[in-house]
Order: sequence, then structure tokens, then C-alpha cells
Amino acid sequence: TAIGAMDKEYVGFAALPNQLHRKSVKKGFDFTLMVAGESGLGKSTLINSLFLTNLYEDRQIPEASARLTQTLTIERRGVEIEEGGIKVKLTVVDTPGFGDSVDCSDCWLPVVRFIEEQFEQYLRDESGLNRKNIQDSRVHCCLYFISPFGRGLRPLDVAFLRAVHEKVNIIPVIGKADALMPKETQALKQKIREQLKEEEINIYQFPECDSDEDEDFKRQDAEMKESIPFAVVGSCEVVRDGGPRPVRGRHYSWGTVEVENPHHCDFLNLRRMLVQTHLQDLKEVTHDLLYEGYRARCLQSLARPGARDRASRSKLSRQSATEIPLPMLPLADTEKLIREKDEELRRMQEMLEKMQAQMQLSQAQGEQSDAL
Amino acid sequence: MDPLRQSPSPSSSRASSPRTLSCERLGYVGIEAVLDQLKIKAMKMGFEFNIMVVGQSGLGKSTMVNTLFKSKIWKSTMPGLRVPMPQTLQLHSVTHVIEENGVKLKLTVTDTPGFGDQINNDKCWDPILGYINEQYERYLQEEILITRQRHIPDTRVHCCIYFVPPTGHCLRPLDLEFLQRLCRAVNVVPVIARADSLTIEEREAFRHRIQDDLKTHSIEVYPQKSFDEDVNDKILNSKIRERIPFAVVGADREHMVNGRCVLGRKTKWGIIEVENMAHCEFPLLRDLLIRSHLQDLKDITHNVHYENYRIIRLKESHALPQGPGWVNLAPAPPPAPTGTRASPGPAKMCRWAEDNSDEDF
Repeated sequence: TAIGAMDKEYVGFAALPNQLHRKSVKKGFDFTLMVAGESGLGKSTLINSLFLTNLYEDRQIPEASARLTQTLTIERRGVEIEEGGIKVKLTVVDTPGFGDSVDCSDCWLPVVRFIEEQFEQYLRDESGLNRKNIQDSRVHCCLYFISPFGRGLRPLDVAFLRAVHEKVNIIPVIGKADALMPKETQALKQKIREQLKEEEINIYQFPECDSDEDEDFKRQDAEMKESIPFAVVGSCEVVRDGGPRPVRGRHYSWGTVEVENPHHCDFLNLRRMLVQTHLQDLKEVTHDLLYEGYRARCLQSLARPGARDRASRSKLSRQSATEIPLPMLPLADTEKLIREKDEELRRMQEMLEKMQAQMQLSQAQGEQSDAL
Repeated sequence: MDPLRQSPSPSSSRASSPRTLSCERLGYVGIEAVLDQLKIKAMKMGFEFNIMVVGQSGLGKSTMVNTLFKSKIWKSTMPGLRVPMPQTLQLHSVTHVIEENGVKLKLTVTDTPGFGDQINNDKCWDPILGYINEQYERYLQEEILITRQRHIPDTRVHCCIYFVPPTGHCLRPLDLEFLQRLCRAVNVVPVIARADSLTIEEREAFRHRIQDDLKTHSIEVYPQKSFDEDVNDKILNSKIRERIPFAVVGADREHMVNGRCVLGRKTKWGIIEVENMAHCEFPLLRDLLIRSHLQDLKDITHNVHYENYRIIRLKESHALPQGPGWVNLAPAPPPAPTGTRASPGPAKMCRWAEDNSDEDF
């Protein structure tokens, strides 16, 4: 019969994506986004607009005299966003104080250190005993804000990007883009793209779309790639200016900038790309490319510091990590305590499991003896 | 007491209070024609005005100068043109003679490309201070010659416009360092540059924070409170001080708006008219610099900043190099050492000047 024939050919793994979907929904997503750039470029407003939250409610902007002695700090803010049954645990890493001082030499070093620390943490967790609940705090994406007033990338921008481009996915963004006229925006984007190529800075490359996608999608994709760096405007205020519906935007006396209008700015492109289409890809590139690169560098330098010739290096890369002892890198005291407690917990868990296994074994033996 | 004796009279032995007695005029003398004479002389001679624009690149300095004087003083550069960013701060002056209704204005604009653009901007204000002092020095050298020129060429900076980037937060450390140092040497007018990226509320908040910052650090920008001469000045200048720093937008392209041709920036959501007070405060800046306070800027530069510089220089006059026609202000060493005239240095110099004046009279 026809049904029988179908049964014979239908194996049933076409339903796998659904299973994956269900599991992901249950597990939830976590995503760490870093925002960097000089202060006053609209970073906080953009984050609030992108995720429709108010992450920066309690922020105090320090006054000028406080800023004279301010050093760069790294701040983490977390928020759980739920939409359509899917939970996303979003962590936003902020870098207040970046680019503010008169002398900004090496002000990017704390940021680089932070990113590497997350990799380090993951490396330890991955090499540890209990890998069930590894918290992934690695930075998956860095939105770097470029000033719309400059003539392209400034020396500080170049220095920062060169310091982090091999360690994190960079998406360059032009902040406060409503300060620019259309021609100025195009010229600035062109200049930035040229400079990125000149300085050999690797920003996040959007994957090519499949050849079997329809023309519309391909065109949209190409348009989106053309508009990098994204010229964005952020706003959480709703403006009712007599139009058909209220829009989110900025109201000026000469007109209203609509945040979600693709003719006004690239906000929609950024949101679509960051949240709707490439969130998972960013995480994958972070894990498969950037983290693996860090791991390889780290382990190679630990195993054979100073090994220069190619032969030994290739031999090393085939060596497994278990043969290389992880040294005790200096950790902060509290972290050490947490690690120790974690170790204790793991040991106790193992003991518990062992005891349970023994009990089960003795029960089985008891049953056997009873049966006998 | 005899009431007549109490009232002061010209013949009383008591010194009369220094009141200018107003005379009754018995006819038209024609004194007010002096104003016309002054005007004609001024128009013949023309005016000189030197301004300096300071700020990070891209804040619209060149465009602002073009807009202020409605001429292409500078070719405003668009991003993307192959303009190499200077590695160090360079000062670049350009002089134009502009004419309007028979009045000639010799305008010198000094630009400071490279200010605040490097990673390490420490001491980036030194070349600027150096330039300003150099102009004072030039004027001083001319002034102390024995045979002076009839009209000393005035290259001193009368006004320095400082462009604050529109972050919307408050003054940055670089802004504070610069303003603190320069307000003591020159008239500084801070402006909020590229203000078309801030809404009206954001501008007001930003302005108030900047005013607070200036007050906290005792920075006196132009118009300085301590130089208000009389009540009228105070009232006029207080109104200006409330609005400083002005939120300005510059443009040198014209667009049609409601049938009029206006200078503005055209975006997809509207046209920003530079001369429309509802859009930005450019008219206030233009009125301050050109229409109402131009002469005042020059006067304060000459009477206050230049004099301060001169005093400092004269105090160290023994170190000044001697050029042709140089008047030695430091007294010659005494021929025979006597106990009474032994004190060296500036004190001696003053006394020498006093002795001189005694001899004259």
C-alpha cells in the first residue's frame, strides 16, 4: 500500500530540527555583548533601544572633576529577556571611562585583559572535572562605536580595534548618526571601510547566504553587508507627530528621526543582524574560531615556551591538552576561594554518586541473594 | 546756623566734591560730529579682527567660520577626502579682507588641526598658548620701540572659539584643562558644536552641566563677569552669560525652504536652518562676535590680556633680547656702590621710572 511504502522510506530524522528547537528553548540562550567607545556616542541609548529594556536606569554620569581621575572600569549588566517562549540571558559589558582622559595611552589594556580572562575561565572550566554547568561568560560580540564627527577612525579607535580584533567579534557602528547628512554618512562609511582594510583589522564577517536562497533575501543580505559600519540612532521615546502611528524616535524642531525607518538610519539592519539572524553565528565564531585560537596560543606557550621551529610547533598542535599541565595562573583571592569551594562541591558530588552506585550495587546483590 | 553758609559754594574753603557740573548749552556746538569723524576715519583705516578656532577635527570649525562671515574662508573638508591627519598640533592662519557697506574688515582666522585627536593629548594646548603669547610679544616689541609705527599691526588673538563636542554629558577632562589655561590669556567663547545631534531638552541639560563645571573650576569665559564696566553692561552680558555655551550648527550650502533661500543642512527628516533661532543658536554667536561685541573683544584683549602679558614680561625685562632701537628699561648699574640704592631687580626699575618722571617735571 501507499502508506506502507511511505513508511519504508520515511526514517523520521526530518524532525531533528524540532527536537533541537525544543531543547534550545528549554536551555535558553545566553549572550554577552560588549559596547565600547568614547562616552557620549549614544551607547546606552542604543542598547536600551535594541533590547527594549532600561538597563541603564540607575546610571550616574560622573561630573567633569570626577572624570579627571577616572580610570577605565568594566561594568557588567545582566537582563533576562523573554519573547515567544524563548529566554535570552543577555549580559552587556560596558567600558565607562574609555577615551575620556587627556592621556588615553594603553587605556584599552583592561578591556583586552577582561576578554582574555573570560577565555581563561572557560578554558579552566572546560578542562575541569564537572563540565555540566559551564557558564559561558565569553564576550560574543563587541559593538564598537565610532564618532560621527571624526573624519573616519581616530588613532584611539585604530589602537583599540587592533588590540581586540583577534579576540572578539567586532561590529563597528557609527553612533548618533542623525548628526550626518546622507552624503556625509556615505563618505564616512567609505572612509572607515578603507581604513579598516589599510590597518588590517578583522571585523566580524557575515557568512555568505546560501545559493539556494531567493533573490529577495540575497538582495537584502547584500544591502546589509554594504551598510557596514551601521549608522545608528537610538531612542526609547515614542514620538507622536501626527503620523499614522506613534514611532520611536527623536523629536527635533526641524523634523523627527525615526529609529526604525531604514531611510533614516541602519538601526533595523543592526537589530535584524545582531538579534534575529546572526546571534547563534556570533556565538559559534566566538567558540570555534576565537576561543580555539586563544586556547591553542595559551597551551602552546605553556607547554614549550620559546619553541620556534615549525617541526616542534606542528608536533605540539597534535599533542593533546591532557599532556600539558595547566599551571596555577595567579587568581584573585576570592576567586580562589570560589574555586576551592567548587572543587569541594564536585568532590562531594562524586562521593555521593559513588555511594549511590554502591547502594544500588548492594541492593542488586541483595536481590540476587534473595532470589537465590 | 546760617543756611547759606552750609551749602557748598565755589568760593568755600572746603574742597568741592568731584561732580561734573552740567553746563547749560546756549546753542548747538557740533560736538556730536566727532562721532562721524571717528566713523569716517575707521572706515578709511578698516578694522582688524583675529579669531582662533580650537576643537577636535570634524566638529565643524571651518564650516562655522565660513557661516559666520558668509564667505569661503576655508574650504570645508568632507570626511573621506585624502586629508592626512596631522600627527602633532599645527597652527594654520589665513587672512582675508572682507568688505560690507564700505567697511573693510581684515579678518585673520587661525585653525588648530590636530587638537585633541591623538591618543595622548597631554600638553596639546602648549602650542596654542605659545602662539597667543608670540603675538603679544610681537606687539610688545613694536610698542617699546623708540620710533613706533603709526599703526602697529595687530596680530593678537582677539577671540578664541572653543568647540565642545556634543556628548550631552558634561565637559571632558581635555576641555577643562584647555579652558582653565586659556581663559587667563585670551577671550574664550565656548560653543556646543554640531548641536543638531541634540534635542532642545538635551541641549539645555548639557548647557547647565557645562555652566556648573565652569563655575566649579572658576573658569571665566567671555564675557567675563569681572570686566563688566557698568550696570548696562552687566544686564546685557548677564543675558549672554545665561546662554553660554551657545548650541551652534554651521552650514555653507543653501536650500529652499518655504520659498526662501536659507543656509542649512538637509537631512531625510528635515532641513536644519542655521539662522533660525528655533533650530540652533548660531544667530546669538554671530551677534556676539560681530554685531555687538567685536570692539569689546578687541578692547579687552588690549586692555586686559595684553597688559597682563606686558607686566609679566617687563618684570623679567632683564632677560629680554635687545633689538634695534631698544629702550633699556632696566637701570644701568650704579657707578659707585652706595648703601642706599643697592636693591636689585624690578623694585629698582620702578624707582628709576619715578626718578625719571621727577626730572621731567
